[in-house]
Amino acid sequence: MSESIFTADSIPVLALGYRFQWEQAQNCNVLLYPEGMVKLNGAAGEILQRISEKKQTVTELIDELKAAFGGADLDGDVYQFLEEAYNNDWIRPE
Amino acid sequence: MTGSDQNKAPGSTGGAVGTIANNDIRQPLWLLAELTYACPLQCPYCSNPMDFANVKKELTTEEWLEVFRQARAMGATQLGLSGGEPLTRPDLVELVTEARKMGFYTNLITSGVGMDASKVAELKEAGLDHIQVSFQASSEDLNNLIAGTDAFKHKIEMAKAVKANGYPMVLCFVTHRQNIDKMDEILDLAISLEADYVELATTQYYGWAMHNRDQLLPLKEQLVEAEAIAHRYQDEQKGNMKIYYVVPDYYEERPKACMNGWGNVFLTVTPDGTALPCHAARELPGMGLPNVKDMSIDEIWNGSDDFNRFRGFDWMTEPCRSCDEKEKDFGGCRCQAFMLTGDPANTDPVCSKSPQRHLVDEALERGRLEAAKSIIDQKTLVFRNPKNSKQISGL
Repeated sequence: MSESIFTADSIPVLALGYRFQWEQAQNCNVLLYPEGMVKLNGAAGEILQRISEKKQTVTELIDELKAAFGGADLDGDVYQFLEEAYNNDWIRPE
Repeated sequence: MTGSDQNKAPGSTGGAVGTIANNDIRQPLWLLAELTYACPLQCPYCSNPMDFANVKKELTTEEWLEVFRQARAMGATQLGLSGGEPLTRPDLVELVTEARKMGFYTNLITSGVGMDASKVAELKEAGLDHIQVSFQASSEDLNNLIAGTDAFKHKIEMAKAVKANGYPMVLCFVTHRQNIDKMDEILDLAISLEADYVELATTQYYGWAMHNRDQLLPLKEQLVEAEAIAHRYQDEQKGNMKIYYVVPDYYEERPKACMNGWGNVFLTVTPDGTALPCHAARELPGMGLPNVKDMSIDEIWNGSDDFNRFRGFDWMTEPCRSCDEKEKDFGGCRCQAFMLTGDPANTDPVCSKSPQRHLVDEALERGRLEAAKSIIDQKTLVFRNPKNSKQISGL
């Protein structure tokens, strides 16, 4: 396991050239980037939508998700997703 | 057509965490709008048809917007604005503005000629997502020789303006025998421009490039050298500049998965409104060439003979038909199969399993013989311009 990119205080933003949007024809959220598209599952959509709409720290992001999903313990999942999203070049810390 | 979107796998998503697998419904995810055949450059490897000068009437602004709307409703997300040189369309900013409002991811594929810093800013304001600037070679002299015009300094300025406006800088170099020995210069130039992505695209032999093939096909030893240099820079620039290097398919053992399958994700609309499964398919025999002015995109995509012609696997001949790799490469390129073997349903002769692979090897040998001639005896490159187009096509 390599060193983590995101800490509680980092602010994840979409990587340059990436765009988040709802795609009616796919019936899911997607990330668009030069000459490509990623179709997102529910959880990834919830996280990336928040990242694309508002600059906030990882802590604030997790708090918001917890409020939206009945206080579920999702810290580990969110951190793991952020690291993998970073490795896919979708997001970066500001 | 500036050359770099020829080898892409449009709609590819990988299998990353948080993603959904693609369904089996065929959607025109990728719309390539060849807005015009007008172009200030004369690149001899252009993939536009030889008889482009025959196309007089381009679609109007409203006709293009209607194409965009229909394709978008069918699921298109990527819009490539290409040509010719799309900047020669006076309505480019309007087209970008409206396309972006529809939700397209808008890609401008340009030589940068006809652009100035204020135009880049205007396009940014209009919502353009992505610009790719093509270069012909690394040095001014060679670039101008290949492009047939004095464009190089201007291109460098434009590449800088693109970056200054907050776009990732994506440079495309189309390589061939005349410039591939300059691989290190090409990459040094990209580094000095602070490029984010560099695509070392190989010339694909359609249209004008096919006409000039003997003079453009790189030699094996050139490729070995160029590939080594590209890989060295890839290592050195890791985390800094991404370099994509594409091997010319003539030197491969297996064909490219052309267009990710015929009529699968890719839709080209040419300047006059002809809808094609790929930008070279106009040259195939027996095409109906449906036009967006006469039919809806839905009718063309789902109902036309052209788009259904090479879908699935039933059309295949041997050795593709019984090959266990057919779902990987779809038998290669129909246009290449036709140009080289005379039958578009044949296996792409690039494949080592093709009984006609010798046609590719013979083409490579002709290129080698041509290269061995003295400069005086070598065939001159035929530049892509209206005069040559009319002359060669007998217009």
